[in-house]
Amino acid sequence: MLQPTRPPNLRALLGAQELRRDAAVSDPLTSVGLDEALAGANLACDPADLTDRSILLATPDQLSTALALIALDGIAARLVLCPGDVDPKYFGDIARTAAVDCIVHGGDPAPLASLDLPMVKADRTLTVAARHPTTARPTEWILLTSGTTGAPKLVRHDLAGLTAPIRSSANAQADTVWATFYDIRRYGGLQIFLRAMLGGTPLVLSDPTEPVDAHLRRLGRREVTHISGTPSHWRRVLMSGAASAMSPRYVRLSGEIADQAILDALQAAYPRAAVSHAYASTEAGVGFNVIDGREGFPAALITQSPRDAEVEIRIVNDTLQLRSPRTAYDYLDAGQPPIRAADGFVDTGDLVELRGDRYVFLGRRGGVINVGGQKVHPEEVEAVLNQHPAVQVSLVQARRNPITGALVVADVVLKAPGAGVPGATDQTGLADEILAHCRATLRPFKVPSRIRFVDSLQVAATGKLARPS
Amino acid sequence: MTIRLTILSEIEKIAAAQNRTLGALHDDLPLSQSGFDSLCFALLVARLEDDLGLDPFSAADGVSFPVTIGDFIKLYEDAAAHQAA
Repeated sequence: MLQPTRPPNLRALLGAQELRRDAAVSDPLTSVGLDEALAGANLACDPADLTDRSILLATPDQLSTALALIALDGIAARLVLCPGDVDPKYFGDIARTAAVDCIVHGGDPAPLASLDLPMVKADRTLTVAARHPTTARPTEWILLTSGTTGAPKLVRHDLAGLTAPIRSSANAQADTVWATFYDIRRYGGLQIFLRAMLGGTPLVLSDPTEPVDAHLRRLGRREVTHISGTPSHWRRVLMSGAASAMSPRYVRLSGEIADQAILDALQAAYPRAAVSHAYASTEAGVGFNVIDGREGFPAALITQSPRDAEVEIRIVNDTLQLRSPRTAYDYLDAGQPPIRAADGFVDTGDLVELRGDRYVFLGRRGGVINVGGQKVHPEEVEAVLNQHPAVQVSLVQARRNPITGALVVADVVLKAPGAGVPGATDQTGLADEILAHCRATLRPFKVPSRIRFVDSLQVAATGKLARPS
Repeated sequence: MTIRLTILSEIEKIAAAQNRTLGALHDDLPLSQSGFDSLCFALLVARLEDDLGLDPFSAADGVSFPVTIGDFIKLYEDAAAHQAA
C-alpha cells in the first residue's frame, strides 16, 4: 500500500546533513548530542501511542521539549509547545482548545493529572519508533501567546512556515554555536532552536533559575558565536558585570523595540560582533532583520510592487502589515479573528512613524503594553483594580522605561468623590492598599508601578474609556 | 536629600514592595548580586525620574550601563552635574 507523502520533518532535515561531532543541545545540567537525539535512543512508552496524536508538551525543562520535537514532528498530528512560565490553571483550556489527547510531561504530573489524559514521561530520554502516520498533513506546531484575559491564545504554525526565514548560509561557518536567552518554546527562541537544528550546530539553552552571570560564563565556556534575546534580556547582560564572559560575533535582538541606546551599548560591549535587530511576532513570523546598527528600519523595505519579495511589507493606518509564507495560519481558539486577512496580510498591531528615510516603532495599537517582552493587556489590570472596594473606574497605560521598554501605570477614580475621599496622606495609604490587592492577583510585571488618583476619566463616543492611541 | 541617599532609599522601598531581601548595599556590590531583577531596576529608574527629574539611561550621547551600585549612583550624579552645567 502506498504511504502518504509528507513534507520533510525535523528528523529528516536533521538527518540530511553531516552533523558536527560537537553538535549538541545543552542546558546547565545536561548535554545531548544531536546524533543521539536523531538515533532516538530513548522513548519510554509504547511508541505507537504517539502516532497521529495531539500532544501537549508540558515539560519543566526546555531540553526535554527539544528532544520531543525532534522525535515527534512528522509523527504526531499536533504538538503544543508549553513554555515554562505558563500558569497550570490554563492547562485545561489549552488541552480542550487544541483537542489534546496525550501529554508529554517532565516528572511531576500533579498539575496535569486533573486533565485525565494519557501521560508520557519525557525525562531527556524520549524515543519514538515510527509507525507511519495515517495522513499526509504535516504536524501542526502550536505556539502560545498571551491573550486579553491572561489566558494564552493558541497559534497554529507548521515546520515549513517556521523554517522559511532560515537560510542555511547563516550557519555556514564551521564553528557556529547558537544560544538564546528566550525559552525555545516561544516563537523567538524556537527560531534559534530551528536554526541550530537545520545547521547541525550546537545550541546552548537558557534556564530561568540560573543567575545571569553564571549563564554568561556558561555561554563563554561553550564558545557561543551567535546569540539572540530581547532588548530587556540584553540590558540585563550589560548590567551583569559579566558581559565579557562571552564574545559572540552575531548579536540579535527581537521581541521588543530596539532603541539606539541598546544597539550602541551592545556594539560597544561586543566590538567584533554584528549587532542586528529583527522584527518578528508569533502571529506574523519573522518580518525582517535590520543590520545597519540603527533603530527602526529603512523605508526602502516597504514593498514597492506586490510579490517582489518573500516578505511583503506595507503600512496601513500607521500600522505594520506583513504577508509571507512565514506567518501563522490561525488561532485555534474559537471566537478569535483570522490572523491572515482575506488578502493574506497580517496586521501586526505595531504602530510606526516615518522619520526621514526610516520608520521607527511607536508601540502597540490597542494599548497592549510590552514590559520586558511580556505582554500586558490594560483591561486585565483594570479589572483587578476595579475589584477594589474604593475604586470606581481605572485606566491603565504604558509608561516608557529604558530598562524594560515600558512599565504599567494606572489612573484611578475613587468611588463617591468628595464624600469620604481621603486626604493626601490617606491617599498614599490607599494607593498602597490597592497595589497590595494587585500584587496578590497579578504577576509582578502587570502590577502598576504608580497609581495616580484622578477626578474623572474621559469616555469616548463609543462609550468606552478613551485610550490614547 | 543627596542623590546617593535618594537612590538608596528608593531601592529599599522597592525591595519592601516587591518582597525582596537585600543584603548590605555598598558601592562595589554588583547589581546582579543586589537581589534586584530587571523589573525592580525598571521601577527604580522610573521612581528616580520622578524624584530627581533625571533619566541617564535615555541620554542622547550614549549610555555606559552600570555594573555596580557605585556605578549606578555615579551615573545619576554625573547626569545631575551635567544638567546643572
